[in-house]
Amino acid sequence: MSDHILEMRHITKEFPGVKALDDVSLEVRRGEIHALVGENGAGKSTLMNVLSGIYPFGSYSGEIVYDGKVCHFQKIRDSEKSGIVIIHQELALVPYLSIAENMFLGNERGSAVNIDWNETYAKADELLAIVGLKESSHTLIKDLGIGKQQLVEIAKALSKNVKLLILDEPTASLNESDSMKLLNLLKDFKNHGVTSIIISHKLNEIAYVADQITIIRDGTVIETLDMAEQQVDEARIIRGMVGRELTNRFPARVPHVQDEVVLEVENWSVQHTLYSDRTVVDDVSFKLKKGEVVGIAGLMGAGRTEFAMSIFGKSYGNSIRGTLKIHGKEVALSNEREAIKHGLAYVTEDRKGNGLILTNPIRVNTTLARLDKVSHRHVIDLDLEHKVAVAMKEKLGVKSPTVEQDVGNLSGGNQQKVLLAKWMFAEPDIMILDEPTRGIDVGAKYEIYCIINDLVAAGKSVVMISSEMPEVLGMCDRIYVMSQGKIVGEMDAKSATQERIMSSILSVNKGA
Amino acid sequence: MSSKNTVLWEKTKSFLLKNTMVIALVLVYLFFVARSEGRMFLPQNINNLIMQNSYVVILAVGMLLCILTGGNIDLSVGATVCLVGAIAGVLMVNLGWNIYLVMVLCLLVGIAIGVWQGFWIAYVRIPPFIVTLAGMLLFRGLAQAILGGLTISGFSEEYLAIFNNYVNIPALDGGAIKYSSIIFGVICCAIFIVSAIWSNITKKRKGYNAEKPASLYTKIILLCSIVMLLMYKLSKYKGIPYILLWLIGIVAIYTYITAKTTFGRHFYALGGNEKATKLSGINTNRIYFMAYVNVSFLSALAALVVAARFTSANPAAGTNYELDAIGSCFIGGASAYGGIGKVSGVVVGAVLMGVLNLGMNIIGVDSNFQKVVKGLVLLVAVIFDVVSKRRAVKSFV
Repeated sequence: MSDHILEMRHITKEFPGVKALDDVSLEVRRGEIHALVGENGAGKSTLMNVLSGIYPFGSYSGEIVYDGKVCHFQKIRDSEKSGIVIIHQELALVPYLSIAENMFLGNERGSAVNIDWNETYAKADELLAIVGLKESSHTLIKDLGIGKQQLVEIAKALSKNVKLLILDEPTASLNESDSMKLLNLLKDFKNHGVTSIIISHKLNEIAYVADQITIIRDGTVIETLDMAEQQVDEARIIRGMVGRELTNRFPARVPHVQDEVVLEVENWSVQHTLYSDRTVVDDVSFKLKKGEVVGIAGLMGAGRTEFAMSIFGKSYGNSIRGTLKIHGKEVALSNEREAIKHGLAYVTEDRKGNGLILTNPIRVNTTLARLDKVSHRHVIDLDLEHKVAVAMKEKLGVKSPTVEQDVGNLSGGNQQKVLLAKWMFAEPDIMILDEPTRGIDVGAKYEIYCIINDLVAAGKSVVMISSEMPEVLGMCDRIYVMSQGKIVGEMDAKSATQERIMSSILSVNKGA
Repeated sequence: MSSKNTVLWEKTKSFLLKNTMVIALVLVYLFFVARSEGRMFLPQNINNLIMQNSYVVILAVGMLLCILTGGNIDLSVGATVCLVGAIAGVLMVNLGWNIYLVMVLCLLVGIAIGVWQGFWIAYVRIPPFIVTLAGMLLFRGLAQAILGGLTISGFSEEYLAIFNNYVNIPALDGGAIKYSSIIFGVICCAIFIVSAIWSNITKKRKGYNAEKPASLYTKIILLCSIVMLLMYKLSKYKGIPYILLWLIGIVAIYTYITAKTTFGRHFYALGGNEKATKLSGINTNRIYFMAYVNVSFLSALAALVVAARFTSANPAAGTNYELDAIGSCFIGGASAYGGIGKVSGVVVGAVLMGVLNLGMNIIGVDSNFQKVVKGLVLLVAVIFDVVSKRRAVKSFV
């Protein structure tokens, strides 16, 4: 059992002021699937960056033994040559090149001055067959969904004769069935002798696929669990990650639902922004009461984000039709400013792309949606702004030394909190949270759930769009299920189950 | 290295990184002083530095707002300077209209040009590069048509005085030393000292992070000595040029707008992340529009300055001015991707360009070679900026 493909010994990596990794040792057996788990900022990605040569030899202390040899990787190319391939969370494919061109980018078939396209496409098709992707290798990446792109990345790794495959949150943006496919593929690889290291926040998937689990917390290894030797369930992993027993992943909820309907949408239809013959939201009717948390469940691409954004001052879509009533009065919100004025807030699913200004400090991001609250006659009171930003930071528990820290330097969970702070500062009556816990760790998730509960306790209403069904079930009073642009089910949270939600999604698919 | 030394080194490093361009400016200046046997430091040359670069500062401030919106530039400012100058020449000299009326009309023409370009850029979303490239040809052509290819000279003394004269208070400025400029310097320093200390006290009282006394006083002493030195030099020449007052006014107004108003904040937000800014309820189209209206307005103002300085309106006026303005912004630390940049930085950038021009002229560098030097300085400044930022990001993670 001591055939280790990889041993990382006493790795310590420091950044100015922070010890990101502190004497970390990791042993990976040949041909296993090894999971790395830990809260955001625990040091998982740093460890993998050390391994793959992103942080060159010499910038850390400790030793890497790979395939029986001590390795001194200076750059990614060095590690790839010896068969270590890392697939990052953000996919690195060129949208306007074909699958095959992407697969052999930087590793072209033929010679540098004479690329052998026949071999390129033939080899690409071969690899696509292995990963089970039924697409021509001539297809452009931009025409593929995110799940298929993930498979292309894996095929690309295979083209480099991978022996050790590292996947950083491979299923973060995949739906359940695509995730399942991917995990089974990894198991398949295992049988062909490829070792994998998988970093993930989705504990059920890890429990399903991993042979060993290493838990990292605050830059140190807490423990390594061997799935063959002991029964490991999600609660056991969570305990290791957060250092405490999270008996309940959702805070206790007291219903605050009142009778008043604050938001009512009737017969709402929206066309796609670019292809106006495509209907993305189809005749949706929707109600939200005061003090209520309403969930919108569904798979990715069901039209939930488009629906939310079209309500929020028509920030998405073409030829929007239907009526929108806020507090019983029909309103026409023609832009985001109007929406904010009417007490709406939309907290985006894409915090980096649509939510935050990464190059600006926490202070600026906090007040951006309501600068008028900290200014008199368009002149900003910088002292007051500083004060409210500090107050929001402390209220939400953002971990950062000052509010002058640029948001781009914060971890995902803290960025999400700044985004929430920004919209809570706008004091809306109705908050639409789009995937509020995507890509953040269990501890931060719990804190965000608490914030949601506080909001409804204060008489606000919340719409929560989420692809994680346990979260929808655990946090909402009422659930709408959306599929292919339509509302296909509405259920009370008490009577709802994952199975019921899934079956109403599938019922539409069968029909269509 | 002991930890105390490391901390000190880290502090020095961050100070150097923050003030690279100021330090570069001082070094370049001292270099020219040494090479010119002190001529660079003569009162007359310091006066020339201000007179020659006034238009660059005005244009660069306008350009900064465009660049802030996302690295967008305005190629048409030089042509706008030429067109507005031509209109001023025709109306004031050929037709003999009232100069103040004409000045107002000229500024309105500037705004009209901005509205024209801003409309296409902000509301029709034609790329700024293309709109302003078209503007560059369009306005230059119109100017040459108006002038008929000829130079108009003979602006009235009354008009020239507005930009070219010096502060002259008979009681103070009768002798060889113009005391008014020294008094002006003292007043400036006093205002600066009082406001700096006052804001620090309020910060402390309200419980915010106040600056440490050492760094506060160093800053005060450094800035005041520079101001006093400048004023002393001017006092030995002709006193304070009016144009300096214009510049102080413009720089002060735009510093305030960018740092303290919601309007200014929106520019930084837009350049940082347009989608997030839009979803925050900010009218992003209007910001683009205002950026281009503003730059054309300031170009018109620069045109009046340029016409007065050359005492003429000619068809080649303003050639390559856009490049000086863009260069000043990037040397002054504006990000080529938008969202980052300060008015004070741009002023430093403009002065650095001016010092290079003047210094190379004084020590007699061949004019072809001068372009080579300026090009390299621009490239090196941006490379340094990008590389040092990349380091800072990497070392954090």
